[in-house]
Amino acid sequence: MSIRERLSGNEAVATAMKQINPDVVAAFPITPSTEIPQYFSTFVANGSVDTEFVAVESEHSAMSACIGAESAGSRAMTATSANGLSLMWEMIYIASSLRLPIVLNLVNRAVSGPLNIHNDHSDAMGVRDSGWIMLFSENNQEAYDNNLMAHRIAENENVQLPIMICQDGFITSHSIENIELENDEDVKKFVGEYHPEHYLLNKNEPIAVGPLDLQAYLFEHKAQQGDAMKAAKQVILDVSKDFEKWTGRHYGLFEEYKLDDAEIAIVCMNSTAGTTKAVIDKLRENGIKAGLLKIRVYRPFPGEEVSKALSHLKAVAILDKADSLNAIGGALFEDVTSSMYIAQKNVPMVNYVYGIGGRDTTEKDIESVFTDLQEIASNGKVENPYRYLGLRKEAK
Amino acid sequence: MDNLIEIRWHGRGGQGAKTASLLLADAAFNTGKYIQGFPEYGPERMGAPITAYNRISTKPITVHSNIYEPDYVVVVDDTLLEVVPVTEGLKETGAIIINTTKSPEYLKKVLNGYKGDIYTIDARKISIETLGRYFPNTPMLAAIVKVSQVMSDEALLEDMKGSFKHKFAKKPEVIEGNMKALEMALKEIQKI
Amino acid sequence: MSNIDKTTPMEKLTIGGNIYTAANAKEFKTGDWRSIKPVWIEEKCKQCGLCFPVCPDNSIPVCKDSLKRTDFNYDYCKGCGVCAKVCPFGAIEMKEEGVDE
Repeated sequence: MSIRERLSGNEAVATAMKQINPDVVAAFPITPSTEIPQYFSTFVANGSVDTEFVAVESEHSAMSACIGAESAGSRAMTATSANGLSLMWEMIYIASSLRLPIVLNLVNRAVSGPLNIHNDHSDAMGVRDSGWIMLFSENNQEAYDNNLMAHRIAENENVQLPIMICQDGFITSHSIENIELENDEDVKKFVGEYHPEHYLLNKNEPIAVGPLDLQAYLFEHKAQQGDAMKAAKQVILDVSKDFEKWTGRHYGLFEEYKLDDAEIAIVCMNSTAGTTKAVIDKLRENGIKAGLLKIRVYRPFPGEEVSKALSHLKAVAILDKADSLNAIGGALFEDVTSSMYIAQKNVPMVNYVYGIGGRDTTEKDIESVFTDLQEIASNGKVENPYRYLGLRKEAK
Repeated sequence: MDNLIEIRWHGRGGQGAKTASLLLADAAFNTGKYIQGFPEYGPERMGAPITAYNRISTKPITVHSNIYEPDYVVVVDDTLLEVVPVTEGLKETGAIIINTTKSPEYLKKVLNGYKGDIYTIDARKISIETLGRYFPNTPMLAAIVKVSQVMSDEALLEDMKGSFKHKFAKKPEVIEGNMKALEMALKEIQKI
Repeated sequence: MSNIDKTTPMEKLTIGGNIYTAANAKEFKTGDWRSIKPVWIEEKCKQCGLCFPVCPDNSIPVCKDSLKRTDFNYDYCKGCGVCAKVCPFGAIEMKEEGVDE
């Protein structure tokens, strides 16, 4: 029986971490993820967890400490945002190449500069090719649930990859909302214990990790990571199924909201998906067949499944909360359109870069996208596929 | 109550408008509602104007954006009336609640002809009388509950009694004052 | 430079938000942050000159010729209260903002 509570997104993550009771948490504070280690350190101080909390002097050290802890055979978790993740960058790649199932909560924030502390996805997009599994969360509930599933996904013997749980900075991290929590004992049972096959502190098997890996080997090791990422898709589905049996809450690779019979749809991630759902409900009352595909699993990217789910539509808008600044389109747009191309599905698609640096995304903004989609659906033409939503430009 | 009530709070950093919005979220949550409580974050500065928001509904809330057309506005500090456009977007079927002792003529003038209901409450007096110090949160919470009817007076008092007992477990002497502040505010809020 | 706000279109903004003028802090009025304000009681003031050097916001104007301080510049005063603290004569009182005298 779930427990009805109200928590902010950061409180929800800290609560999940408390219930998971990892061996090590190493973190350095940065807005808007600061509260996660802050709350967690109080759990350490009052003895409700027996975690070793390492108050490091930088994010580079936070990830390094997690790598050390995880290689030693223990469970390690951390949290960061934006420039904190930038400073971890070097160790982010070490973590995934050493195949260490570290769990990182990324509270999404714009990477400076100019200096900005508010939400967008430029931090996550910067590490999208670093070999980490990346799950996105619409609200506090999904951030909590994704954390409960994270270790089982990452530690699976066919995966052994680090995992990043994303949620929108301030928008969900600092908003108090209703949430269903599970009780400590059930969480403990579901998450289980971590017994890696090989680990540094095993005195019966002395091992070395992270060797020099030159021309003769690196390629193959990278391909192993690639295989693990492909395998992760099924593991995520399996764990999600178990999770649903336990809690009744359903998770897939993505969520389809009124997509079955939709003619036009938006593809997006995190909190904007919630706003989009509210707009869809209103449009449906007026007979407009609008739908949503909300990406939960961004890495591995479920291209095959996404292209199937979108193939019946007349027009699709992909919303990117980070500008790739590449003169062609956002990262999610590229992933979705290339998936469609490979699957030989031809649906008119348009990209909107939106919400940069915390620019508020309103129901009106989302409505305007659906209005554009109706026009595209009626004439099949996409004049300019790379657009901005909510940007101020001089009137022409 | 309607399915969705949206509230915007105006206060100054350090005065507790954010806390008041969270208290309201808590109280509504405890009466079985779906809630959101969130501040609009800027650089954290004592005294600077701040905005906080509440959504309260009988159904799950999925929208994640600021509130532009609130049903109610609560102004915790009346010195903001000439600094911040507090009635911007406020529905005329709704109301504005102001912590003030200023005259109805003055208020009508600075509210730019707002046609909805205007309520005032002297949260300072209530707070000083019941708590001995200026904490406008508790009276303002009672005021918004009374006007918006998100719950009954009795439900509010019952719920807050429990919250205060928990919150002030180490300072039980302030529980009575806070309860009195609520009761006084429920009685003294007036429409102009 | 200073005449930008949240309605200014991108074409009118400098690249990277760069600011090409010096000493422009005066265009950013910080007085609305204040929740308590210093009140100068001229009769008690001995013009000792201790208050204005400690003001972090240069909100105590001093007359160039007489070298005497004048009343507070409330456009910038954030109400920190440092001046009231250093005044040896009780000539600066901190009062809650918005309370009628």
